[in-house]
Amino acid sequence: MIKTDILIIGAGPTGLFTVFEAGLLKLKCHLIDALPQPGGQCSELYPKKPIYDIPGFPEILAGDLTKNLLEQGKQFEPGFTLGERAETIEKQEDGSFIVTTNEGTQHQAPIVAIAGGLGSFEPRKPLIDDVSKFEDKGVEYFIKDPEKYRNKKVVIAGGGDSALDWSIFLANVASEVTLVHRRNEFRGALDSLEKVRELTQAGKINLITPAEVTNIFGTNKVEAISLTKEDEKLVIETDHFIPLFGLSPKLGPIGDWGLEIEKNAIKVDNTLGYQTNIPGIFAIGDVNTYLGKLKLILCGFHEATLMCQSAYKIINPGKKYVLKYTTVSGINGFDGTRKEAPKAVVQAIN
Amino acid sequence: MEDVTLHIKDRQGTIHKVEAPTDMAMNLMEVCKAYGLPVEGACGGMAMCASCQCYVLSDTDLPDINDDEEAMLSEAFYVKENSRLGCQIPITEDLNGLTVELAPEY
Repeated sequence: MIKTDILIIGAGPTGLFTVFEAGLLKLKCHLIDALPQPGGQCSELYPKKPIYDIPGFPEILAGDLTKNLLEQGKQFEPGFTLGERAETIEKQEDGSFIVTTNEGTQHQAPIVAIAGGLGSFEPRKPLIDDVSKFEDKGVEYFIKDPEKYRNKKVVIAGGGDSALDWSIFLANVASEVTLVHRRNEFRGALDSLEKVRELTQAGKINLITPAEVTNIFGTNKVEAISLTKEDEKLVIETDHFIPLFGLSPKLGPIGDWGLEIEKNAIKVDNTLGYQTNIPGIFAIGDVNTYLGKLKLILCGFHEATLMCQSAYKIINPGKKYVLKYTTVSGINGFDGTRKEAPKAVVQAIN
Repeated sequence: MEDVTLHIKDRQGTIHKVEAPTDMAMNLMEVCKAYGLPVEGACGGMAMCASCQCYVLSDTDLPDINDDEEAMLSEAFYVKENSRLGCQIPITEDLNGLTVELAPEY
């Protein structure tokens, strides 16, 4: 069981900045995120796009903002459970919460801060009847272990970077790779496109465009798929069907935690540090809603800061807290480091 | 600057006549949201989620599809010949009379 003071769900910019603000109050944080890397939308959707409304940064790439936030929070030693989705929450008798992920990892904390943004990123599933019946029985939306496909027949569908990259990689692992895309044009890095062209000419990739997979066949597992190419129907025998249509965010299991939801967002009380209808559970950043809400990273930072104050009061009842400025008091990291402004030297010159 | 009138057919088939300002740097997705139409606009207008996909029903002159929109439409579902992403259509005077239908939710 992982134990912490503030359990943050979502490692996007708001969640990452919470680590810093909590650290100033000597509260420890642990973050859960469904994505394999921290940064949320900033690293998953638009790492190379500039953001112009982060105070003090006339322009910063979303990927660099993530990097800076990780660096800023580093001395407060946050823990991470990445690539796992927060699934269930249970309130304990002592008032704390246990949050369990889809992989069964358990976390316990007196405060849960949901900084889930748009929700967890889930693969876009193709619109094929029975596709869910074949999930993990030959249909996979992620490639976790490429060795699984050694000497197997694989059909990949999609037109972006991941479809291209995995086709290239599996061309030398699988016994047969078929790449299906709805259009003739692919969107990807130039060298990937070139490589796919080469492998197609060499007979290592069976490229079928413009075509769409329409059916999956098999008794207990995938045995074949059928696809429509223009007006022609083709059946291809295969062991695996891997649709790679990108990720789309879904609020997911958090929607069933008994929280008050309004238009896909969690209702919070903005006079109480963005607490939800369940005391001890807060929601900050893009995932929450209240009168006058703005979905901006800078507002997420503000909400994280106020939320930490409320969390402090719950964790340390009755204890007086005085706001300190980092310029005055410096920062004491949990890792033993100390940062502070250099002291002026008072000395006579003559 | 004059407002333009747009007709937006929702997923139940009801046509909503809306007035949109041309001087607010808005796009079609934002106009839909401002009028409370069921358009999610999850990615905030970066042509990355296709939740604002719509079918253009009028022969209005629209800006060309850029690379980002093209890439998203090539991955999205329920795409038709007349599919566009609302977030990539800025509200200009040329849009007066535009009629679109919201694509199914996915």
